[in-house]
Amino acid sequence: MAEIAQNHRKGRKKRRSKKLSTRVDFTPMVDLGFLLITFFMLATTLNKPQTMEIALPSKDKSAEDEQSVVKASRAITLLLDKNNAVYYYEGTRENEIDPVLYKTNFSPTGLRQFLLKRNYEVMSKIRELKADRERLKLSDKEFDQRLTAIKSDKSAPIVLIKATNESVYRNLIDALDEMAICNIERYAIDDISPFDLSLIETFNAQNKHSNGR
Amino acid sequence: MPKVKIARKSSAVDMTAMCDVAFLLLTFFMLTSNFTRKEAAAINAPSSISEIKIPERNILLILVDEKGKIFFGIDGQENRISLLERMGALYNLQFSPAELKEFSLINSFGLPIEQMKGFLSLNPEERESTSYALGIPSDSLNNQLKNWVTVSRSISKDYRIAIKADQATAYPKIKKLMETLQDLNENRYNLITTLETAADLEPNL
Repeated sequence: MAEIAQNHRKGRKKRRSKKLSTRVDFTPMVDLGFLLITFFMLATTLNKPQTMEIALPSKDKSAEDEQSVVKASRAITLLLDKNNAVYYYEGTRENEIDPVLYKTNFSPTGLRQFLLKRNYEVMSKIRELKADRERLKLSDKEFDQRLTAIKSDKSAPIVLIKATNESVYRNLIDALDEMAICNIERYAIDDISPFDLSLIETFNAQNKHSNGR
Repeated sequence: MPKVKIARKSSAVDMTAMCDVAFLLLTFFMLTSNFTRKEAAAINAPSSISEIKIPERNILLILVDEKGKIFFGIDGQENRISLLERMGALYNLQFSPAELKEFSLINSFGLPIEQMKGFLSLNPEERESTSYALGIPSDSLNNQLKNWVTVSRSISKDYRIAIKADQATAYPKIKKLMETLQDLNENRYNLITTLETAADLEPNL
């Protein structure tokens, strides 16, 4: 009986070794591996938030003196208002004459166009510099040095960003974005003054008037 | 002339090597990944063209939701424990080791410190209920946010302040937060945004 059993086992073994190879098909395992890789890649890298670094002036009195008087010819004031509206004026009140206020928005043809026009000199210099970098193979360090030199040009505009109480956080970020896009080096976030509010008010009143006509 | 013998090739490719590579990459991604941490409030950050990435570590996160409620969180579990201990000492509250341990697992929170004990005794699911999303008091009478920031900074100087506010948050709330930070002489911080793909950055002049 034992012999029979042995025989039986032997026979089965032989048959199995004939049929099955030792190779395993790895294809499904590879599929699974790449599926998981895809998952991890998407779950990590795409979710990383961006950040915007900003530095505000300190509240010290000494620093306040340092806030140099902005030359009126360089100054642009942005007023952020409700419904994503932006008002801007150049210079300040001089000789009892109010600066002209314009209304625009955050679209590429709105505020950006105006800022680019004002900052045209710097923008064209930067474009030249970028072309130079391609041509002369400037090192990164040299490029950065020249870039800062261009941006701190003495005639480049200085922008004051003032947000009204009706504006939202997004408007502020949009305004800061415009500064980055238009390569404006000097800008500040400031409190809105009653003068600015009165400018908006008169602007709106006038507009209503002209629309009514 | 000898017959040219064509070797019979099997159509099956050896997948072992590919499998090795796949799992090597998988291991790499698993080890390097850190998942987006769950935040106390759902915040829809505004988009910007800024491409600077936020640093991985030493972030002191201040969240501002749509209504202006403020949430706070730091990273580093040991630092969180010492943060709560010191804050407890400041407000005459004693926290048990179990409570400290619970606190070290919370990424961000937004409630007055007086309610912290009750909050920590709940299980994680119950904490998500809106009754605890009160916001950290930050008015001039009871400015707990100021203390949270000061104490965190005293624990580690390396903390960078990051502000993540909702795009619809009213500006006065942001201004108040910035003023609070300015009072503490914290003038540099990061504003967290999401990436915007600006198709047409420079219109033709």
